[in-house]
Amino acid sequence: MSQNKSSFDLSRRQFIAGAAGLGLTTLASGLIVPSAFAQEATPKRGGVLKLGIGGGSTTDNFDVRVLNDWVPVNQAYMTFNGLVEIDKDNMVQPELFESWEPSADAKEWTFKIRQGVTFHNGKALTAEDILYSLNLHRGEASTSAARSTAGQFTDVVKVSDTEIKIVLDSGNADLPYILSDYHFLIVPEGFEDWTKPIGTGPFVLESYEPGVRARFTRNESYWKPNTAWVDAVEVIVINDIAARTNAMMSGQVHAINQLDFKTVDLLKRNPNLEVVQSAGGQHFTFLMDCTQSVYADNNVRMAIKYAIDREQLLTTALRGYGKLGNDHPIPVTDPFYAADLPQRAYDPEKSKFYLKEAGLDALNIELSASDAAFSGAVDAAAIFQGTAAASGITLSIKREPSDGYWSNVWMKAPFSMGYWGGRPTADQMLTIAYSSTSAQNDTHWKNEAFDAKLIEARALLDNAKRKEIYAELQQMISDDGGAMIPMFGDYLDAVSTKLGGVTTHPMFNFMGARLAEKVWLEA
Amino acid sequence: MTSKLKAIPISAWLGLTIVTLNLLVFVFGPMLAPYGMNEIVGAPFDPPSSQFWFGLDQNGRDMFSRLLAGAQMSIGVSLAASLISFSIGIPLGFVAALFGGWVDTVLSRIVDTVMCIPVLISALVVLQALGSSVPVLIFTIALLDSTRVFRLARVVAQGISVLEYAETARLRGESLGWLITREILPNALPPLIAEFGMRFCFTFLFVAGLSFLGLGIQPPFADWGGMVKDNQQAILYGLYAPLFPAAAIALLTIGVNLVVDWLLNSGAATQGADR
Amino acid sequence: MIQLILKRVALGILTLLLVSALIFAGTQLLPGDVASAILGQNATPQSLAALRQDLGLDLPAWQRYLTWLHGFVTGDLGMSLANRQPVADLLWPRFGNTMALAAYAAIVSVPIAVLLGLAAAVRRGGMFDRGINIVALAFVSLPEYFLGLLLILFLSVQFNLLPSLADTYSGMNFGDWLRATTLPALTLVLVTVAQMMRMTRTAVLSVMDQAYVETAFLKGLRTKRVVLRHALPNAAAPIVNVVAFNIAYLITGVVLVEAIFNYNGLGRFMVDAVAKRDLPLVQAAAMVFGAAYVILNSVADIAAIALNPRLRHPR
Repeated sequence: MSQNKSSFDLSRRQFIAGAAGLGLTTLASGLIVPSAFAQEATPKRGGVLKLGIGGGSTTDNFDVRVLNDWVPVNQAYMTFNGLVEIDKDNMVQPELFESWEPSADAKEWTFKIRQGVTFHNGKALTAEDILYSLNLHRGEASTSAARSTAGQFTDVVKVSDTEIKIVLDSGNADLPYILSDYHFLIVPEGFEDWTKPIGTGPFVLESYEPGVRARFTRNESYWKPNTAWVDAVEVIVINDIAARTNAMMSGQVHAINQLDFKTVDLLKRNPNLEVVQSAGGQHFTFLMDCTQSVYADNNVRMAIKYAIDREQLLTTALRGYGKLGNDHPIPVTDPFYAADLPQRAYDPEKSKFYLKEAGLDALNIELSASDAAFSGAVDAAAIFQGTAAASGITLSIKREPSDGYWSNVWMKAPFSMGYWGGRPTADQMLTIAYSSTSAQNDTHWKNEAFDAKLIEARALLDNAKRKEIYAELQQMISDDGGAMIPMFGDYLDAVSTKLGGVTTHPMFNFMGARLAEKVWLEA
Repeated sequence: MTSKLKAIPISAWLGLTIVTLNLLVFVFGPMLAPYGMNEIVGAPFDPPSSQFWFGLDQNGRDMFSRLLAGAQMSIGVSLAASLISFSIGIPLGFVAALFGGWVDTVLSRIVDTVMCIPVLISALVVLQALGSSVPVLIFTIALLDSTRVFRLARVVAQGISVLEYAETARLRGESLGWLITREILPNALPPLIAEFGMRFCFTFLFVAGLSFLGLGIQPPFADWGGMVKDNQQAILYGLYAPLFPAAAIALLTIGVNLVVDWLLNSGAATQGADR
Repeated sequence: MIQLILKRVALGILTLLLVSALIFAGTQLLPGDVASAILGQNATPQSLAALRQDLGLDLPAWQRYLTWLHGFVTGDLGMSLANRQPVADLLWPRFGNTMALAAYAAIVSVPIAVLLGLAAAVRRGGMFDRGINIVALAFVSLPEYFLGLLLILFLSVQFNLLPSLADTYSGMNFGDWLRATTLPALTLVLVTVAQMMRMTRTAVLSVMDQAYVETAFLKGLRTKRVVLRHALPNAAAPIVNVVAFNIAYLITGVVLVEAIFNYNGLGRFMVDAVAKRDLPLVQAAAMVFGAAYVILNSVADIAAIALNPRLRHPR
């Protein structure tokens, strides 16, 4: 780890220099570390790690441009490396980029490429590979989900064999964090056969049946020290939460992701497993399409936002494993969280008032709900249905099947449920889901003033000023946006007590989807 | 009359009692429920107590009240679907049997074709296409189920219509309607009633299965199948919650089957229920 | 008799044709346009029109049906829309899995069910008959997913005897495969044994009630002898029917069991395909199920013709 550490220190200093002491505080305070993981243990090599992961489909592949669910993302991190890595304290760490240096206005960034890294096919990692991989996401014709994020790269150029430069359309102090997006993974130049992935990652794909199972073996020439402990990883796709929990309880897998909030307290009693609870930016959304039917009227949106009993939802649907939401996506653990924004409460009278403003006495709406959004989403919808009645809102729940939910319902139904995994920076979260040009603006909310301020804040090096603008942006979403965000939910995984090296992580389940790389099997 | 009552075996009595009880719950259940169907009255999965007889469900709602409320949905949907499927299947089956010829051929071909596709798959496609609402659910199941009813009704009517008295009636020049209502229906009644029981059970389990796939009765309405699904995790932790709705389902189907068995033993054989 | 069998085969083929038409028509019900589903957010009117033409969606329905049918008959099941892979590659391995599980369950359940059914029929009204009937009734009445869950609870979580996850993969050895699929197979066995046993009993009893069997009893023959010599040959055909019917259920009706045990079978795959509006997949899978049903029924009918003593020795 020492080699890594020193380069981290270097990059960290440089980063701070560029960002003028941005002072992103850690999320560590929000993390709860299970007792068993607190003590140091000696890593062991060997064994076959079996993972039961929910969130896979027969349409999955390794195309880094379209990764969109937990199984493909976890598998991609087994196969590929990123340019940077977010650590368990929400800090950016070097990965294939060894270090970096921004220009004074944070518009031009020079990155040093890690040397001595080879792909699974033996080819050495070069600057061309990185250019190719980044360019997969650039341009209007790109099919990448990260297209809008990559849209701010006006130029990506090779400086030398060991360095590349990224030029931005406007300054962005968070660029290294932005590069941690799980779409920015590195493949060899010209690579196209996404069913037979070649990366620099810790494991090599051995067999693959999309949506069913996959097997990986250790990349014996993996560059990252103190990782890739196990000989092989078997991923079994288990979308049904009951089947997943059963598999964990009967000891057939070593870890499962996305626990059922309802039964997690009961699961904790099982002595053979540990529940890993990580607080982060994961939040659950009720998405109103601002271009469709009644939701085009902000009065209706406000009426709905006041019609939900957030406290009850949090205690019932999440069993308290989360925090209240304030209709914007920034978690309380984020340094730019708008603490002054008053918490929106359940208020049927206000809700009625807004309905009246919209010229309505009553409202009949349909909500598309599915446990694909999060486990317990349908119950959450039923609770909302109960509290909304007091405001004269008659909600009917359309229970959608989990399979196909993200392609058929999300971003298509006028009122649907969804979730967002957290992003390492406020800018990323706000950009991906709320900027007008984002392909994943899932409420179709478009606000020019918001877009302009977002870009302004991005380049600012003055932290106080930046915080002010981000607070403003949060308020805009909260008071005008199409997302009702009643709560943030912790990431919950269960791991076998036989697993060593497990930590909490603010980004996603399964240690930022990199669990396979980090853990070892005890005896 | 007493002698006839004595002839009823104990198992049939049991079955009749269960069915009657369920019908009473079906009619009066919601009035008897101590709590609201969606009222959260305590912590999730609280065990049974004197206040909450069957404990609380996964959201902290009273299981007993939800069972009572759910009876209306679960039994209602199955009952409605069965009634509709019989009112489609029986007339068509009788007509096919009496007319014979091309009418019979066409109807039988259509029915055979529909029956070749697994019910669950046909139902899935229709429910996906039209969205799962209670009326859609009822009509989809009724329509798919009417093919089975048609087959039985046709066979039964064929058997009866060649019997001498029906033949005589036809020779007397009685109308088709008279023939059906006066001669065929009374004789066909026992096997049809038995079949009704079986179709009802099938539909009942089928709706429960659809709920399991998320396409059955939609929340917030309670239905027994959905309640089993929603609470199923609890059983792995030694909690009773899902046992109650599962027991309710099992009890009702056993009750109906006991009655059916009795009817069958005293009447003609019929095709078995298929799931 | 040959003529009868040929007639039955012809009827089966005709039924399959009708089934194909129904499936094609039925899947047209599913909302959503295939072309826009493929293009997603990148769709422009021009690219939509081009793709529609490419896929032949601009042709009238009957023409598309004929193309599809021709492809199906020649083994070309088309391309999956969601997966962009040939349907055949996705479908046949899963169909194989479904058949394997069905075979496992059937091999265990058919002999048990038929024997129990016969035994119950022979001892009609006796303690054995009543007892087994009640037990069977209980199993028929429980939702199968609940049965599966109980098995997981006892055999998997509590005593850790068998895996709850039917995790199978190609290249697995047979012993491992048996272990992995025992719980789902057992669930199916419990359901079908109960069902088949009851139906077998009914079939045998209805034969026994017929006049010539009564005569045999009246002649003073022992029950066992009457059943074996007189009732069984005549009940064979209905029993074959019952068995065929239950095997059809094992192939086409096990979606829920597949879901509970995370088994990679065709049923669950098809449910996914319906949710994704992947029409070629839905059509192909429905067709395979329909064909399985028709073939099993035809086989049962032909077996019935072959087994029927009166038809075997035509008057």
